[in-house]
Amino acid sequence: MRFKGKDLLGIEDLDASDIDLVLSTAESLREVSEREIKKVPTLRGKTIINLFYEPSTRTRTSFEIAAKRMSADAVNISVSTSSVVKGETIKDTAKNLEAMKPDCIVIRHSASGVPMMLANYVKCSVVNAGDGAHEHPSQALLDMLTVKEKKGAIAGLKLSIIGDITHSRVARSNIYGFTKLGAQVTVAGPPTMVPPGIEKLGCRATSSMDDAIKDADVIMMLRIQLERQKESFFPSVREYSRLYGLDEAKLNRAKKDVLILHPGPINRGVEVSSEVADGPHSLILDQVTNGVAVRMAIFYLLLGAAKE
Amino acid sequence: MDEKGIERALARIAHEILERNKGTEGLVVLGIPTRGYGLAQRLQSIIEGIEGVRLPTGAVDATLYRDDLGIKKEQPSLKKMDIPIPIDGLTIILVDDVLFTGRTIRAAMNALMDFGRPRSIQLAVLVDRGHRELPIKPDYVGKNIPTSLKEGVRVRLKEIDGMSEITVIEKE
Amino acid sequence: MNRLIIKGGRFLDPVAGIDGIFNIYVMGGRVASFKPAYADTTEITPGPGVEVIDAKGLLVTPGLIDVHAHLREPGFEYKETIRTGTLAAAAGGFTSILCMANTRPVNDNESVTRYIRKKAEEEGVVNVFPVGAVSVGQNGERLTEMFELKSAGCVAVSDDGMPIVDGGLMRRALEYSKICDLPVISHAEDPTLAGSGAMNEGEVSTRLGLKGIPGAAEESVVARDIALARLTGGRLHIAHVSTRGSVELIRMAKEEGLKVTAEATPHHLTLTDEAVLKYSTNAKMNPPLRSSGDVEALRKGLKDGTIDCVATDHAPQSIMEKDIEFDRAANGVVGIETAFSLIYGLVAEGLLTLNEAVSAMTIEPARAMGLDKGTLRVGSAADIAIIDLAKGWTVDPAKLRSKSKNTPFAGMTLKGVVEKTIVGGKTVYSRE
Ligand SMILES: [Zn+2]
Repeated sequence: MRFKGKDLLGIEDLDASDIDLVLSTAESLREVSEREIKKVPTLRGKTIINLFYEPSTRTRTSFEIAAKRMSADAVNISVSTSSVVKGETIKDTAKNLEAMKPDCIVIRHSASGVPMMLANYVKCSVVNAGDGAHEHPSQALLDMLTVKEKKGAIAGLKLSIIGDITHSRVARSNIYGFTKLGAQVTVAGPPTMVPPGIEKLGCRATSSMDDAIKDADVIMMLRIQLERQKESFFPSVREYSRLYGLDEAKLNRAKKDVLILHPGPINRGVEVSSEVADGPHSLILDQVTNGVAVRMAIFYLLLGAAKE
Repeated sequence: MDEKGIERALARIAHEILERNKGTEGLVVLGIPTRGYGLAQRLQSIIEGIEGVRLPTGAVDATLYRDDLGIKKEQPSLKKMDIPIPIDGLTIILVDDVLFTGRTIRAAMNALMDFGRPRSIQLAVLVDRGHRELPIKPDYVGKNIPTSLKEGVRVRLKEIDGMSEITVIEKE
Repeated sequence: MNRLIIKGGRFLDPVAGIDGIFNIYVMGGRVASFKPAYADTTEITPGPGVEVIDAKGLLVTPGLIDVHAHLREPGFEYKETIRTGTLAAAAGGFTSILCMANTRPVNDNESVTRYIRKKAEEEGVVNVFPVGAVSVGQNGERLTEMFELKSAGCVAVSDDGMPIVDGGLMRRALEYSKICDLPVISHAEDPTLAGSGAMNEGEVSTRLGLKGIPGAAEESVVARDIALARLTGGRLHIAHVSTRGSVELIRMAKEEGLKVTAEATPHHLTLTDEAVLKYSTNAKMNPPLRSSGDVEALRKGLKDGTIDCVATDHAPQSIMEKDIEFDRAANGVVGIETAFSLIYGLVAEGLLTLNEAVSAMTIEPARAMGLDKGTLRVGSAADIAIIDLAKGWTVDPAKLRSKSKNTPFAGMTLKGVVEKTIVGGKTVYSRE
């Protein structure tokens, strides 16, 4: 079995069998990180460029470790958005990088759609490490892997994603991913942050936190950008936290075996209380570990076979 | 060869392993998935029947160490890697169903080296069909089946495939 | 005097109520006579000073009129010039166009207006009517000297490209423009509602993770401007109507008898926001492409006359503005060469009659702007389009006359090919 296409741009483009393949490959690769020698020679001689237009130490590090554990050479390029405005277009950058003959470019950008643009310009594989409010496919895959590890399967589960849905690429990728694997997804947040037409992506939308958590098997709390307060998406952190923050009182109304995910970094005390973040339901650190395995799997599937 | 023949061959191999290593001390049996792992489990129970000792048994997936990744269009899916105990100083009985070019065995040995420094590695195969491309020689062979390159050898085990047999097939 | 005879074409002029096979005689750039072909016994032979166009099987109409084009000159000649823009217009069957004031410098005083007219006279191939700015520098603060602009040749005023945020200024513009009977063209948009939106707000923007512009950003200003037209009695023309709500508001204003006219673009009449999927920046414009419900309402509005006319909002943008991130890409599409074929597509679909389509691209835009154009009578300037309705063509951006290639219709096959465009009796475009 091989992965269709040269790129991983979004979960929307994948079907259930593609997702299963990534997850089963990641399950096999998880073991490599447990070894004394955390490295396999599989992608020796491959060059992977991490092109990050948005600072994200976590995601970039995860991709970098994944590349190195597969023996690929990883190069990090961080571009501050200010220098982009002045100078090079994405196309210029793409052509420049391509001249260095990479096998894969991992791209993070604040504008939706840039990975797709890049993929059209270059022959090598492109992996979307998060674009604007569009998609963050590797995050959704690691979330699915984490849930599958704990629950055995995704199908039939109820996932609730809570917070700023409008600006969240994590929410979009997870809506696509979990529904493709047969889960029921509910999104919840203040109506200012639940975008129009979100139901068309396959989920249910509500503004009630209680409604979202009462039957959920998995609760995914999204990070709230505190700057959104200035744009009047919510009046105050205090009120947001009171309505949509997950604390022990609200958690008591959820199922006893509910799992809590958070893509990190957490605003402790805002969207998740410290007790909940560090509590027994929280899988936040499993997510980080699985992030490396999923990204190793992505590299293996994109780079481990001959080009068409 | 059918189930009976396979069982006889494995019983002989089990005896040879015990004789050569003077018992079960310091042995670990590792099979290459899928069928090599099945054979490893069978060897484990045969040896247990003879010696009353249950040898540590596991799987070593050589896929990540293959030398044809990025060359073949068909991408092998990853299988189980299960090294049950630290292998430093142990004697590994590496088990596979068919020995052909030797490349898979090379890959499996490289994989094992990443897990530690075994005292030695011995190779047990159910079928040796010839055509080696690397200097690799089995220590225990169930049956030599000379083949042409146009042919293939198919091993089926009842616990995996629902029936047991070894057949020479024409490649298309 | 030079003579031109257009022989045997199907002549359609909605004003005169003519639709039949005619020979059209042009002398000295003006229409000399029409003769029904069956009754015309004149010996027609080309010779020195006598050009004969055989229009058999072709549609002959008054030259098309576009009340909304951006020619980009002066200031943005790398996107379009008066020369290339008018060549493109001619290739689209247009003989008269209005050019918007958002040039650099802004057309907010008579010297810019005169510059545009002089350039158009020297290098242009179709009639160019400048639109002056409403506010100085399009800054939305002080009114321009509209009387002077009109004297210099402006036929309307508009800050198009920039919305007029200040309702007080819009009120004064509608009042003051009455002195010189200039229509005020409103680019209706509330920028506080549009925000940094890059496309229509809806399912597609949600899918793509792009910021949306709600229809309310347009409708609220359409409603305001209609209320101001009622208050002032000024002439209001709503540019590029894009939503169902706007169509409803305009319909009510017209029923009330207010002096309100409106236009819709070929792209808003034929595309939905799904054209933006895959982040195609050539489908990015302002107002954005809307939902299928909006498209349906626009089509109905055009059919029943709520929308008076078709206008292209031809807005050339170079690769530098378009081949970048969707968020940062400039708004606008070139449209003057595809306009007729797209509207004829609505005729082919049975949504409009040919008469309605021609009317919406000739006499109606002329009336909205008070131009003495859009119909052919004896003595009219011979501005004529000759079109092959039976033929199709595939839009190839590289072959467009416009200097910019930002069309969302690339690769599409359209019906209706402009064969010749004649301005003042002179053939300015002839298909190769
Ligand atoms: Zn406009």
